Amino acid sequence: MTNEPLLNIQGLRKAYPGVVANDDVSFAVGKGEVHALLGENGAGKSTLVKMVYGLVKPDIGTMTFDGAAYTPGSPHEARSTGVAMVFQHFSLFEALDVAENVALGMENPPPMGQLAARIREVSEEYGLPLDPNRLVGDLSAGERQRVEIIRCLLQDPKLLIMDEPTSVLTPQEVEILFQTLRQLQSEGTSILYISHKLEEIRALCDGATILRLGKVVGSCDPREKSARELAELMVGTELKTPTVASHDLGQVALSLTNLSVASSNPFGTSLKDVSLDVQAGEVLGIGGVAGNGQDELLGALSGELLSTPESVKFNGNPIGHLGPNERRTLGVLAAPEERLGHAAAPDMSLIENAALTANIRKNMVKNGFLDWGKAKAFAETVIKEFDVRTPGSGNAARALSGGNLQKFVIGREILQSPDVLVVNQPTWGVDASAAASIRQALLDLASEGAAIIVISQDLDELMEISGRFAALNEGRLSEPRCTIGLTIDEIGLMMGGAHGMEVAHTHQSEGAV
Amino acid sequence: MDLSSINPILLIASLMVASTPILLAAIGEMVAEKSGVLNLGVEGMMIVGAICGFATAVETGSPFIGFIAAAAGGAILSLIFGFLTQYLLSNQVATGLALTLFGLGLSSLMGQSYVGIKPPATEKLDIPLLSDIPAIGPMLFNHDIWVYVSLALVAAVWAFLKYTRGGLILRAVGESHDAAHALGYNVIFVRLAAIAFGGACAGLGGAYLSLVRVPQWTEGMTAGAGWIALAIVVFASWRAGRVLLGAYLFGGITVLQLNLQAAGVAIPVELLSMSPYLITILVLVIISSDRNRAALNAPASLGRAFHASH
Repeated sequence: MTNEPLLNIQGLRKAYPGVVANDDVSFAVGKGEVHALLGENGAGKSTLVKMVYGLVKPDIGTMTFDGAAYTPGSPHEARSTGVAMVFQHFSLFEALDVAENVALGMENPPPMGQLAARIREVSEEYGLPLDPNRLVGDLSAGERQRVEIIRCLLQDPKLLIMDEPTSVLTPQEVEILFQTLRQLQSEGTSILYISHKLEEIRALCDGATILRLGKVVGSCDPREKSARELAELMVGTELKTPTVASHDLGQVALSLTNLSVASSNPFGTSLKDVSLDVQAGEVLGIGGVAGNGQDELLGALSGELLSTPESVKFNGNPIGHLGPNERRTLGVLAAPEERLGHAAAPDMSLIENAALTANIRKNMVKNGFLDWGKAKAFAETVIKEFDVRTPGSGNAARALSGGNLQKFVIGREILQSPDVLVVNQPTWGVDASAAASIRQALLDLASEGAAIIVISQDLDELMEISGRFAALNEGRLSEPRCTIGLTIDEIGLMMGGAHGMEVAHTHQSEGAV
Repeated sequence: MDLSSINPILLIASLMVASTPILLAAIGEMVAEKSGVLNLGVEGMMIVGAICGFATAVETGSPFIGFIAAAAGGAILSLIFGFLTQYLLSNQVATGLALTLFGLGLSSLMGQSYVGIKPPATEKLDIPLLSDIPAIGPMLFNHDIWVYVSLALVAAVWAFLKYTRGGLILRAVGESHDAAHALGYNVIFVRLAAIAFGGACAGLGGAYLSLVRVPQWTEGMTAGAGWIALAIVVFASWRAGRVLLGAYLFGGITVLQLNLQAAGVAIPVELLSMSPYLITILVLVIISSDRNRAALNAPASLGRAFHASH
């Protein structure tokens, strides 16, 4: 980029009580450049882009946008300057329709009728078909993201910020998103792209700034670096790859036969005819785009959602009608995705949280009284073995960082030596080295003869640790396949391909013919 | 038993009068709940409105100024709730209950010297032509202005929520305050405005009781009307039209059962007295029995405290 950069950031600092989220951050995004912001969770990427989008005010430092000083006081100002943002979470309203959601993200939306027409027009122009009258709650994750992108595009932004846009997409959807972004780039829009998926960044971005612990630790041209080099720049140390110890598989430990469960959430996905066998010692990976029945599958396996007795069997015995505690007694354990509020009670101490799921298998209850000594000892074992960073076991779960709490809730289940363990998103929001140790612990548990089901959105993770892979799509489970030799295209098709995007494809190919 | 003593024209006319306080309180509470705030203090705000309106009307001699004072009183009381729940992040359920208790106590203190006084009469509108229509005229077009204000308010709230940008923002805040905040909307301001509107409406409802419906001041005169308004909002699945239906149903059956009691129907008085509560809730439960649809209308952030975290 020879001309003046579009966005220039100089010496930005933002401190919160107890943490410095960003310190002396400087970088520039050129006009028409796709610039990556790389870093682990907690490296300060989100705070940084929130400052650019006007949600957070920097303590010191300056920004210039298009040559002029830029100090956005609110997202409204940022939007009218020409900055748009696609959020990772929290910016769509499920009970409102697409047009209403788009209108809420615009400064001066046209009347609803015209807006609907504009949405149709722009969505077709960029190959992202979208019906303005549908409720967002009924849309798939990929379609929801289209809503966010269209909302940004309708305002002709000069800079588009994308915060981890691909974490909820199938590989095919990622490809379509990239086509859209390249089209935008060719029209002169700059893109600030946040991700920790390195291959994507190598495929898409012209420049990259790497953040670690709130500071810029380097910048590079991602196309000239390998994914491993980028990862080591992010983490600052060498990465260990989990090792799979080869061992023989045992008998079928858990089997699902035509399991159908209705979701308790109006926007949830009911499970339809799910059948599955997991052998002792096996790790089965279940992929799929978020919201295709993952939560319901975990619920049906943990006992939170009850089904007919015969549809879930543990070592040949029907357990579909048993609740979570009865299943724990038998040795079927689960760790759900949502850490605060589902896997752990936020305001209770780690000791209490340890006792909540482990009291049965660790014999912590005598005559109705809890043995707090045992609970404390167990909590401390988990903290020690899983390297949970916390001042002590008496701390509230809420006080732990996401990654540390994740290590705690996974460790708590693993140390109860389950026969079957079901985990949902075991390494979501956990930094790379902690993720590697969680994966290793799961593999070790499997080599000791436990059957493990890992539900995850991270395909790399599933390919790394699981022996077989299946995908959930609209509540149905595909036939499990051996992960060795499985291509990314095949996985994408198992996940349901491009969720309604086939239309756009045929449209384009018809045009070509 | 003499059913012919019940005059249907008078019955419907008094139905509208009986329903108005609940309708006013319920439509205000619906707006507050649509913004994600569960204010259980409706009863307290109503009774404070009742005494504010009554006292002001007696002192100034103008019922209209009384109603304005009632709305202001209700709004001020509701803003105490707003301050506690929105800035100090207190629990909405507990704070709302406390507000009711506080309002009941405060009103009886304020009302000490007003017991047994007759307020200035609120005049009925004599709408030319319309009120001269036989039967329908005295039924629908011979009321005081507040009956029509309450109906207009229902229509205005419906249109505001459905068609305006302000209404869209209000619904968005109630649906997901995190998302609304991320898009740059001022969640706390929107909620405070909705709370104050709810308080003003409840105040008007209370004043309608003490200045028109009863009309006199007695301690605890709202007698649970605020709780019925709350129940109607929920069972009406947060829809303005159904709130109107619920309020009129409740008012209608209240008037009808009083008439039946007077006519000496051979049904135990206890059963008749409970019938408005029972039938209103039954009908609204049946209407909203499609759980998925009801859940769609329920504001997803209802009752949750919002704290901007970065």
